[in-house]
Amino acid sequence: MKNLNLINQIESYLRGEMGPEERKAFEQLLREDPMVDQQFKEHQQLMAFMQAYGERQRLQHAMNLIHEQIDVNALKNELMPFSTKVVKLWRTYRNYAAIAAAAAIVTVFSTLIFSGHLFENNASYSALRREINKIKRSQNDLVKDIKGKAKGPLNPGEFGGTGFALSSNGYIATNYHVVKGADSLYIQNAAGDTYKVKTVYLDPAHDIAVLQIVDPEFQSLGKRPYTFKKSNADLGEDVFTIGFPREEPVYGKGYLSSNTGFDGDTVAYQVSIPVNPGNSGGPLLDNRGNVIGIISGKQDRTDGAAFAIKSTYLLQSINEIPEKDLDRNLILNKKNSLSNLARKEQIKKIQDYVFMIRVY
Amino acid sequence: MKDKINSSIPDDKEIILGIRNGTKQSLELIYQAHFPMILQMVISNNGDEEEAKDIFQESIIVLYNKVKAGDFELNSKLKTYIYAICRRLWLKRLNQQSKFTNQLGIAEDVEDSATDIEEYEHQHRQFQLMQTALSQLGEPCKTIIEEFYLHNKSMQDICEQFGYTNADNAKTQKYKCLQRLKKLFFKA
Repeated sequence: MKNLNLINQIESYLRGEMGPEERKAFEQLLREDPMVDQQFKEHQQLMAFMQAYGERQRLQHAMNLIHEQIDVNALKNELMPFSTKVVKLWRTYRNYAAIAAAAAIVTVFSTLIFSGHLFENNASYSALRREINKIKRSQNDLVKDIKGKAKGPLNPGEFGGTGFALSSNGYIATNYHVVKGADSLYIQNAAGDTYKVKTVYLDPAHDIAVLQIVDPEFQSLGKRPYTFKKSNADLGEDVFTIGFPREEPVYGKGYLSSNTGFDGDTVAYQVSIPVNPGNSGGPLLDNRGNVIGIISGKQDRTDGAAFAIKSTYLLQSINEIPEKDLDRNLILNKKNSLSNLARKEQIKKIQDYVFMIRVY
Repeated sequence: MKDKINSSIPDDKEIILGIRNGTKQSLELIYQAHFPMILQMVISNNGDEEEAKDIFQESIIVLYNKVKAGDFELNSKLKTYIYAICRRLWLKRLNQQSKFTNQLGIAEDVEDSATDIEEYEHQHRQFQLMQTALSQLGEPCKTIIEEFYLHNKSMQDICEQFGYTNADNAKTQKYKCLQRLKKLFFKA
């Protein structure tokens, strides 16, 4: 009860409800009794705190009243006439957008991984098979149509490469990667004659393919002027090739720059020679007209590094063709008629035996 | 549109004076002049109008505390001060909700707004504790305490309101209530 009285006294003192006499007496009590003084201070603090709390409530209440008078929606539209719509849309759909983005990333990377593009080590080796420029080709075909010389399909084909005759009775050598996945194959010489061919033998390990002309109109290719080198060629040997990076035969000249191919591949030579997609499968000849290899690819972003399969592997592949697959004898020419000719004459003679290969 | 808002901004000094004297009108003026700015800021930074209201009212409370404490010196425009406080409060809230925004990065800051906010937040926590303590107190204690301590009503008025026949009974009741409230409040 003493406490109750003290509290009452403190409160009436703080609220100024005491008379002057009473005030003086109370202040005297505070000075004399530290216990009372302590309690006075505590209660004073509590009252101030409670009062502040009350004030806060009143302020909040007053603000809420003011807020109710404001038309927030109208204000919002006035302040941001269009962006709120965008923001709302974004808020509604950002989760979906995130999911879509994640799905896109997963798709891209899984595609890269499964197609082998992400981890492909030999990505810098590009096989020189050419994708045919369809428009240009179909124009050429039309011209031929008018001349009445069109043989084979008008469709220019999906891919192209080069091939060359192995024997007069219609065997053709080219790269495996040129004819890989082919539906049907045609060859075309510089004069524009087109023959249907079939694959006789495929050697994916050495990137070699042997084709045979099966066209009823085909008779004979005549005597081939070049021979095949049975040993390895020497470093520094001058070499040349004829191929079909375009619709016309293109001559290219260079030298043998290394005895191994891409990444130390012993099957191939490295040749410094300008070649382009479409040159694949073309013959690589030395000065005397010996075929020393088959152009097969080049290294990306490196100058003068083309690769050619060594002729020894071609001969090896030919020997490995089973008898039953050969309905005609495959006899390689042994007499070279190019050795003493100037390059121009050599090319003229070789030209008829180098073909553009069209892959459908 | 911007001009319109600017032209309706009342004189800062008058407003401060009004706050100090507790004029209701100054609150209204300040609210109507500056709320649109904060509404725009919050909405264009991942918020909605309710959040804008909360943030703005908090900033006004911070301002009031400071003015009433008597240590408010207007070094910048009142508008800048309010914006700085709101910006800080909103960034804090965004952090808590781990929403991210980068548009709020560039704005001039008022130096002591951080300490002002800290003071406010401390006080706010205390008030929240008091609120729960009061709600646990139950009636009629809650109302008696609120009327007497929060709203400064006299014991006489409270006697009449609750129908106590004599003031001593009311005082005893109030005393008991206060003791219970203290227990609840300081226990928490």
